[in-house]
Amino acid sequence: MARDTPPKHSRHGDATPSVYRDGMSDNTLTRHLVVVGAGMVAHRFVESVRTRDPEGRWRITVIGEEDRLPYDRVGLTAFFDGATVDDLTLSREHFVDDERVSFLRGDAVVALDRDERRLRTASGTVVEWDELVLATGSYAASLAVDGFHLPGVFVYRTLDDLESLSSWVAERKGALDRPVRGIVVGGGLLGLEAAGALQGMDVEATIIQSSDRLMSAQLDAAGGEALARLIGARGIEVRTETITTRLDPGPHGGVAQLEFRDGSLAPADVVIFTVGVRPRDELARISGLKVDKRGGVIVDAGCRTSDPSIHAIGEVAAMEGRCVGLVAPGYAMAEVVATRLLGGEAEFPGYDLSTKLKLGGVDVASFGDAFGETPGALDVVYADPVAGVYKKLVLSDDASILLGGILVGDATAYASLRPLIGAKLGGDPSAYLLPETDGARPATGPLPDEALVCSCNAVSAGRIRSAVTDDGCTDVAGVKACTKAGAACGSCLPLVKRLVGAELEAAGVTLSSALCEHFASTRAQLFDQVRVAGLTTFSEIVTRFGTGRGCDICKPVVASILASQGAGHVLDGGRASLQDTNDHVMANLQKDGSYSVVPRIPGGEVTPEGLLVIGQVAKDFGLYTKITGGQRIDLFGARLEQLPEIWQRLVDGGFESGHAYGKSLRTVKSCVGSTWCRFGVQDSVGMAVELELRYRGLRSPHKLKLGVSGCARECAEARGKDVGVIATEQGWNLYVGGNGGFTPRHAQLLAEGLDSETLIRTIDRFLMYYIRTADRLQRTAPWLEELEGGLDALRAVIIDDSLGIADDLDAAMALHVDAYEDEWKATLDDPEKLKRFASFVNAPTTPDPSLAYTAERGQPRPATDAERESGGVLIAGTTLEVRR
Amino acid sequence: MTIADTARTMEPNRTSSWVPVCRVDDLEVERGAAALIEGDQLALFLLHDGSIHAVQQRDPYSGAYVMSRGIVGSRGDAPTVASPMFKQVFDLRTGTCLDTLGKERHDLRTWPVAVEHGIVHIRKDPR
Ligand SMILES: Cc1cc2nc3c(=O)[nH]c(=O)nc-3n(C[C@H](O)[C@H](O)[C@H](O)COP(=O)(O)OP(=O)(O)OC[C@H]3O[C@@H](n4cnc5c(N)ncnc54)[C@H](O)[C@@H]3O)c2cc1C
Ligand code: SF4
Repeated sequence: MARDTPPKHSRHGDATPSVYRDGMSDNTLTRHLVVVGAGMVAHRFVESVRTRDPEGRWRITVIGEEDRLPYDRVGLTAFFDGATVDDLTLSREHFVDDERVSFLRGDAVVALDRDERRLRTASGTVVEWDELVLATGSYAASLAVDGFHLPGVFVYRTLDDLESLSSWVAERKGALDRPVRGIVVGGGLLGLEAAGALQGMDVEATIIQSSDRLMSAQLDAAGGEALARLIGARGIEVRTETITTRLDPGPHGGVAQLEFRDGSLAPADVVIFTVGVRPRDELARISGLKVDKRGGVIVDAGCRTSDPSIHAIGEVAAMEGRCVGLVAPGYAMAEVVATRLLGGEAEFPGYDLSTKLKLGGVDVASFGDAFGETPGALDVVYADPVAGVYKKLVLSDDASILLGGILVGDATAYASLRPLIGAKLGGDPSAYLLPETDGARPATGPLPDEALVCSCNAVSAGRIRSAVTDDGCTDVAGVKACTKAGAACGSCLPLVKRLVGAELEAAGVTLSSALCEHFASTRAQLFDQVRVAGLTTFSEIVTRFGTGRGCDICKPVVASILASQGAGHVLDGGRASLQDTNDHVMANLQKDGSYSVVPRIPGGEVTPEGLLVIGQVAKDFGLYTKITGGQRIDLFGARLEQLPEIWQRLVDGGFESGHAYGKSLRTVKSCVGSTWCRFGVQDSVGMAVELELRYRGLRSPHKLKLGVSGCARECAEARGKDVGVIATEQGWNLYVGGNGGFTPRHAQLLAEGLDSETLIRTIDRFLMYYIRTADRLQRTAPWLEELEGGLDALRAVIIDDSLGIADDLDAAMALHVDAYEDEWKATLDDPEKLKRFASFVNAPTTPDPSLAYTAERGQPRPATDAERESGGVLIAGTTLEVRR
Repeated sequence: MTIADTARTMEPNRTSSWVPVCRVDDLEVERGAAALIEGDQLALFLLHDGSIHAVQQRDPYSGAYVMSRGIVGSRGDAPTVASPMFKQVFDLRTGTCLDTLGKERHDLRTWPVAVEHGIVHIRKDPR
């Protein structure tokens, strides 16, 4: 039987994960070859090793993030001509059907430990390697424009992309009583293919190209012109030298029009971005392998990276200083590594950049030195504008040797000419065919049914699948309710989601990334929609972009989005009913229904007078006190109706809300720094206070924590924070994306040696960019991990302003800083708001009779049921005396 | 059963145990309010469509008296409240727990509600 996954996984943290090295085989000489990525090049590589290694010197494990068998990406567009997923699936013979190959699909490698030669996947599986091959390919580049994340906007890279594109078009067709209008941004090879695909779905297609001609990487000006005529004749409109600056949503929430730099607009019901690809070199970066400054893992002619046990092949490999988005060089690299691992000698033969457009009725090919860049090169051109034909051959200076060429309108000669590159022109050239892959075999399931997915509630993959197939669950929430998978800590939910998605997909249903039943968009999409449409109330937003009356998921999201967009007090403008109880009463709900109160103590710096105020409040209201991890003081056991009185006392004593209740800035932790510490090189407390006062009250997708250390000894543990600042002699070093909690992460270095002003500006932008684009309850670390292009892309956006949004981010932060007011004080000043703090609508000052406390270590705590029954408890309100 | 859907037209039957609680104006749309009625704690909810619902204030999952502080919303046609403690979701009309989050099902008790001359009344003998 085929085995798609390794025989057993050692879970993350297990000290003996060497199961693959010799666990399955009697032959202890068998070594373990691990391949990251299961795309076309990985497939070719595995096939090559397996067909040339009959005695089985290598056991192979392949880990692929897409939850599919490797498929023919080059032939992807055939999907719109009716090709099924099975048709596109590559041969299983020397892959999943081979007993020496273990395939772990639907799981991404997230970390490499090069010293120990082992890796970890997103699901926590740990795999050791003797040799590692990175074949992680590329991702579709995105364009940094507003509205890029709107529904109806797609990239064109994976089967998933094409499936969502096709279902969106089907949905729009049903909703509109006119033809669907499509725009493809990017007029390269891929853009033309995508435009053809749109036409195939009866969508009117327009191509927007930023440069002066289509396929500018492959064609000269005359070739581009000839191509434009052919494309126009095929009914595809082309606009060159046009830069997209914005996408706007329509009333249904999806994309409706594009705005261009010249101010003109174009309507669109669907948009596809084909603006290039970027190598997926993030694993190499985080594990310290050498990467090219333009991206890609640097390899030598043997495809070896800077670590001798690691190779890189395919689009991710930066060979000869560049990555190339074509499959043939990737196949060549696969053969090189296969040969070397089997003891042979091989080197990469150099890139062949020849390409032929795959668009029905439009013949275009470009091969060899198409632009005639070889010194002394001669052009021989044949053009027939009426027939739409342009042909150019590039020859050596004596016109004897073929160097390259361009064929537009009639590329029948391509097959015979391409192999002659570098050879004498003439004779009868034999046909050459790009190695095509065979397909058309059925796919099987991924994780084995017995694999444990939810360890809290012991739910297996099989149980989750049967929830869909047998119990009729149609979404993750249903499966969660039915199986309890993910109902405890929730850390397995992404895996559950994938499994459910795969199962539904098999049943012909797609899983949506909708926020909840009321909004079909993600948080980032909704953020854009709300901002672009300028809406300020939940009713408007749900009427325009959603359905129903909201729920405990979408309402707080909308409240947070509105707050981040500068909407004012949390209880104003109908926003009160959107807030979670914590935000609503500006305190933290505890297990018995009472609340805790945390006054802000910026940077953890507090005066003796301040401490006395807090101490007296705690004493008078009978509150349990505890120092928090964020260098402040938490007061527990306050009743709803007591909160305003407590705040009044704190506000009078010079305190304000610490926002311990909000998805917002919590604390800026600091060490004592140069003011007292003998090692300190800068005033870390001063900086912490400044940062805390700047970002206090800033609402975000999740809580935010900052830290500032006065020197490299890092006593403030700043690298465990979303934003960590560490002083050096040269200025401040800025780290981002750290956190403690369930999945601890160290923050990564974003910039070094900053002066205070630059530091603050950079943090401003980092926070605002995160707030705008992160998912609901996504902290900065996972956000950064998912950000296309990772830390480099982040740097480009917030330091180099590659998206042109830095001013916008700065302005948004300035708005926040200017509009800040203490929420407690604003509430105390407003009798309307104070009404919310009645314990009962018909008995506003009567304490909740159910509250009961007992003393422990000299302080109150909620009484247990047993203690209540036996009497002997303090009943709140009667025994806890309040002094005025 | 609840008669909240007919809240505007229903005349409270003065001979049965209808208890006046508060003015409709004391309630905020889609934000609950707690009420203390003869020792019982109730949570009252005024919805967007003007209907008013009364359920028990005690969250059956945590034992804390907090239901009025949950977020109000909808699941399909059902108006709902989510417990602020562990987020179980209940149908405000029937008290039925619609999302137990994998726990055993516990429903909320409900009370009939009627409005007369702008005053919210609760019928004290449940169902
Ligand atoms: C529509 C379309 C048409 C094309 N047409 C042509 C053409 O005509 N001619 C041509 O030469 N090329 C064409 N290409 C490009 C060609 O498909 C690629 O060059 C080729 O697929 C590269 O193979 P690869 O294995 O390097 O990368 P990919 O095929 O991208 O595979 C990499 C795989 O690795 C996975 N992965 C990434 N990171 C991780 C991780 N950390 N852990 C686990 N898995 C990971 C990815 O999910 C992906 O499945 C086309 C591409 C597209 C999209
Ligand atoms: S981090 Fe440096 S400056 Fe701060 S307390 Fe530690 S040693 Fe002193």
